[in-house]
Amino acid sequence: MTMIFGVPLAVFMGQLMLGLINGAFYALLSLGLAVIFGLLKIINFAHGAQYMLGAFAALLGLQYLGINYWVALLLVPLVVGALGVVIERTLLRRIAHLDHLYGLLLTYGLALIFEGTLINFFGVSGSSYPVPEALQGGVNLGFMFLPLYRGWVLVAALVVCLGTWFMIERTRLGAYLRAGTENPALMQAFGVNVPQLITLTYGFGVALAAFAGVLAAPLYPVSPTMGSSLLIVVFAVVVIGGMGSILGAVLTGLGMGLVEGLTKVYYPEAANTVIFLVMILVLMLRPAGLFGKEA
Amino acid sequence: MSQSAEAVQDPALQYQDDEGAEMLRVSDLHAFYGESHILHGVDFDVKRGELVTLLGRNGAGRSTTLKAIMNMVGRRTGSIVINGNETLGMPPHRIPRLGIGYCPEERGIFASLDVEENLLLPPTVRSGGMDLDEIYAMFPNLYERRRSQGTRLSGGEQQMLAMARILRTGARLLLLDEITEGLAPVIVQALGEVLVKLKARGMTIVLVEQNFRFAAPLADRHYVMEHGRIIEQISAAELPSRREHLNTLLGV
Repeated sequence: MTMIFGVPLAVFMGQLMLGLINGAFYALLSLGLAVIFGLLKIINFAHGAQYMLGAFAALLGLQYLGINYWVALLLVPLVVGALGVVIERTLLRRIAHLDHLYGLLLTYGLALIFEGTLINFFGVSGSSYPVPEALQGGVNLGFMFLPLYRGWVLVAALVVCLGTWFMIERTRLGAYLRAGTENPALMQAFGVNVPQLITLTYGFGVALAAFAGVLAAPLYPVSPTMGSSLLIVVFAVVVIGGMGSILGAVLTGLGMGLVEGLTKVYYPEAANTVIFLVMILVLMLRPAGLFGKEA
Repeated sequence: MSQSAEAVQDPALQYQDDEGAEMLRVSDLHAFYGESHILHGVDFDVKRGELVTLLGRNGAGRSTTLKAIMNMVGRRTGSIVINGNETLGMPPHRIPRLGIGYCPEERGIFASLDVEENLLLPPTVRSGGMDLDEIYAMFPNLYERRRSQGTRLSGGEQQMLAMARILRTGARLLLLDEITEGLAPVIVQALGEVLVKLKARGMTIVLVEQNFRFAAPLADRHYVMEHGRIIEQISAAELPSRREHLNTLLGV
């Protein structure tokens, strides 16, 4: 059997794959955080709760309305994104002129409300969401066994990340977003409806979180607290990557997933802390983050 | 975007093109930044096709007047009529859609956009704007550097870009804030030639200018501001006889 530094190849690749899957979720979530932060300058502490709402909406939709996975994958981001639009219009907009710290507190409060409400009804134990029929089983790649659903998650997350990157870096709407991030007042003076742009951006970022939630539902137990534990790691990923770049958020997310996976192979005890160690290193050597612009 | 369709359909925003009509009338305009009262009853008007300057010392309120027209300051009272539309109650993003192009003093070139993206950024507000070829013919430097990051350009090129991008939008009234500030004489001369061409195209221009020698041969009328008010109006014909008086007002 092929060994890599004393570890069987299949085990090595399996852990790498798991790391990459986690990384795909880090990438999707930190991408949404970066998009929201760019235009609203708010660190969206409700991001984990919105990811959790995505997974829960998929679960409840299946249990009570018979909405299947594929429909949920399209519908849930729209519904949760619409909730984001309402949050921006009714709450965030009112405090937009204040210190951005208030936005952070407000979104944190919202996260607690969402979580608390769902814990009240469903408890914290979590339920499982079935893997969709078309993606059950797996393929033997020779060097490892790849469950189909994991392969799908990776592809779907990458496609959405690259699509978002393309939209922001290569389209006219993306140019509005980038310019609005730099100088919203001037964008208004050109005739761009910036408040509307802000609303849609927040809705889009929230929809990305919900999309990640639906993708995660068949992989992880769906519970009201699934988002808050993930979000702490995602914040570390964002700090490592820096808030400056979309591609940076995606690459850092995937990279940190891999680092975590590798650590699990060689020193499992550190697997849960390694990202924070990297964060400390990056903060010491490059405080703006790997892809951030030095202020 | 949906807004451009809205601009065409809304009858209140229909563009009236009668010669000699009033393009802009500002009456008793007061503006406030927070608690500080910056404009104290500004009155002036600009006719279609005119080039008018706002002169005055630093802090006289000239830039604030342009910003107040664009609804970029805090609170405003009084009246600002553009093309027959009262704009005081309009949200900022609706005002440019009356056919106005604004070029801010700090130029406002976007660092995250390349030159061509900067040029294509402002949405079209009227038909009849210049197309990219015409703009590149007028500003050949911008064509050569169209893939550069916007803020990598020299000061003069950035100023050209800030001007060029509002010509694409079809705006017919241009508010230009200190466009010659800090630029080499040869660039200033090129900008003067651009203004002559724009005037020949029938553009209406309000020029906030420190460089009076640049503005004097171009302008039809001059307004002098002091302490947030217009204190003097001098036409081009009166200029030779009142030059000395003007110099006293401007403190040059």
